[in-house]
Amino acid sequence: MNLVTVSGPPSSGKTSVILKTIDSLKKQGLKIAVAKFDCLYTDDDILYEKAGIPVKKGLSGALCPDHYFVSNVEEITNWALKNKFDILISESAGLCNRCSPYIKGIKAVCVIDNLSGINTPKKIGPMLKTADIVVITKGDIVSQAEREVFASRVNTVNPSAIIMHINGLTGQGSFELSTLLYDEALNIDSLKGMELRFPMPAALCSYCLGETRIGESYQMGNVRKMKVED
Amino acid sequence: MAAINNRKISDLIFEFPFLASFFSDNGLDITGKEELTLAEYFAGFDEDEIEDKAIDVDNLMFQIGEFIKQMIAFLGKEDDVVKTVTILPGHDKSGNPEKFDDLVIRQGEIICIVGPTGSGKSRLLGDIEWVAQGDTPTGRSVLVNDQVPDKKWRFSSADKLVAQLSQNMNFVMDLSVYDFVELHAESRMVQNREQVIKRIINKANSLAGEPFTPETPITSLSGGQSRALMIADTAILSKSPIILIDEIENAGIDRKRALGLLISEDKIVLMATHDPVLALMGDRRIVIKNGGIHKVIETTDEERKILSTLEDMDRIFLAYRTKLRQGDIITKIENTQ
Ligand SMILES: Nc1nc2c(ncn2[C@@H]2O[C@H](COP(=O)(O)OP(=O)(O)OP(=O)(O)O)[C@@H](O)[C@H]2O)c(=O)[nH]1
Ligand SMILES: Nc1ncnc2c1ncn2[C@@H]1O[C@H](COP(=O)(O)OP(=O)(O)OP(=O)(O)O)[C@@H](O)[C@H]1O
Ligand SMILES: [Mg+2]
Ligand SMILES: [Mg+2]
Ligand SMILES: [Zn+2]
Ligand SMILES: [Zn+2]
Repeated sequence: MNLVTVSGPPSSGKTSVILKTIDSLKKQGLKIAVAKFDCLYTDDDILYEKAGIPVKKGLSGALCPDHYFVSNVEEITNWALKNKFDILISESAGLCNRCSPYIKGIKAVCVIDNLSGINTPKKIGPMLKTADIVVITKGDIVSQAEREVFASRVNTVNPSAIIMHINGLTGQGSFELSTLLYDEALNIDSLKGMELRFPMPAALCSYCLGETRIGESYQMGNVRKMKVED
Repeated sequence: MAAINNRKISDLIFEFPFLASFFSDNGLDITGKEELTLAEYFAGFDEDEIEDKAIDVDNLMFQIGEFIKQMIAFLGKEDDVVKTVTILPGHDKSGNPEKFDDLVIRQGEIICIVGPTGSGKSRLLGDIEWVAQGDTPTGRSVLVNDQVPDKKWRFSSADKLVAQLSQNMNFVMDLSVYDFVELHAESRMVQNREQVIKRIINKANSLAGEPFTPETPITSLSGGQSRALMIADTAILSKSPIILIDEIENAGIDRKRALGLLISEDKIVLMATHDPVLALMGDRRIVIKNGGIHKVIETTDEERKILSTLEDMDRIFLAYRTKLRQGDIITKIENTQ
């Protein structure tokens, strides 16, 4: 089975792109499942179910969804292996610009949209910079010039990625993406021993663990202080 | 590319000026550190900085190398001249082979694509954009200059075979016309920028009814002005040899001139349209049926005559639209000859 990790900022078009791409993958006779990771809320599982795609959903609640992803991806992968899928696609909300759910040796796709502003590629960290494929959506509502400028900015922060333009509404470009996703050489039968592409920060301070009181004496763990000058 | 990590940053930037944008876009501040080697520079980050800025030194070294390679390739070569694009037949949705030998489209040609909804117009455009090699649902193959094309047409972000004029002509950036075009010119590494920008704005003004200035914010351009700017910008600045158009709307812009501008810049124009005036402006039209190319029709002399009548009707139609907009009351059908 292949695992493909898809990540990207909220509402960038991840679900739309995945759904259209799965249409093409199904035509190639592949069996596909999706795992959706989000923070507080998502209806994406309903969209996948409606399209007849087996889906598992996980909400991270108070945790960074990417941390939650790593803690659960092995179980989800085992579920997909047991059910003999050819591809498991994970969709995770890239809420935290610092983390990314990408794993070494596992295909990593980042979905961002043309509307997010030309400085966005600079702001997104490893989620964009270490992806193998960057999908740019919503090209239908900007000009050719804006598409070219945006793609060139993406290329500057991740020169080795394949950059693709996909229209999440019509699916234009999704067939092309589907040809790049499944690769027999990348089949796995377990995630054991695999590593994240990029370490996630150890962001555990007392507030992460539920502390609500303000004041230095309540602050434990990984706490950083601003330099406030007089 | 041997050992860039042991070279001074200032030397690297001197040799590869485009690296300055690489550093700034990746959030790497090099001011005051120019005399360090790349390796020394990265070694200077403490653990907190590496964690905060999400710096992966090995990956960055690799990406810098990639970036330099790409930019050298991009800057060093002559612009690719695409003289012909050839479509080799595949099959329709039922698997019947398409009945043509090969379809050669030449620089400077306008080809229209017509056919009912869902017939496969977008798929044909997709086959060309992806330079299909028998590996799309239609089984078609595409040749560029009679050759099996280079993979770069698929994967390089700087060399795209196809540029597309969006149906929806909005700008989302908030810039003046001049700054907007300049930004595009910068990303395309254009020399003599100022001249090119002026030329684009002049051309755009010759397509739109009402002129605008370089200082006008792009978000306050009218629909026609936006369309005109977009077409002029794509014709002159986009490197892609093929322009795809999904209908050019007929408001506030001289469509014949717009197509003329694209052709004069040696583009191949492919246009999916339902509008008879546009369909007949093409040199040829491809008729799609059930996913396959059903017919290729050369625009006849008679059709061209009919086209001019249709254009007159179009003008009458537009004139009435203007009148209604102005609050006039219409009393009779006038002939505008
Ligand atoms: N115009 C346009 N709209 C798009 C495109 N792709 C997606 N959308 C729309 O953008 C909205 C968000 O798309 P989704 O696919 O739900 O985005 P997502 O990244 O999965 O969102 P979350 O999972 O909630 O983070 C939807 O209304 C889509 O219809 C596109 O290429 N063009
Ligand atoms: N020769 C073919 N074989 C198999 N499938 C095809 C073929 N041609 C087109 N298709 C498929 O048919 C569907 C409809 O095609 P497409 O979207 O290109 O239609 P269209 O003419 O652009 O429609 P519209 O006018 O609505 O935009 C797509 O899923 C496309 O992949
Ligand atoms: Mg989603
Ligand atoms: Mg279409
Ligand atoms: Zn995080
Ligand atoms: Zn915390």
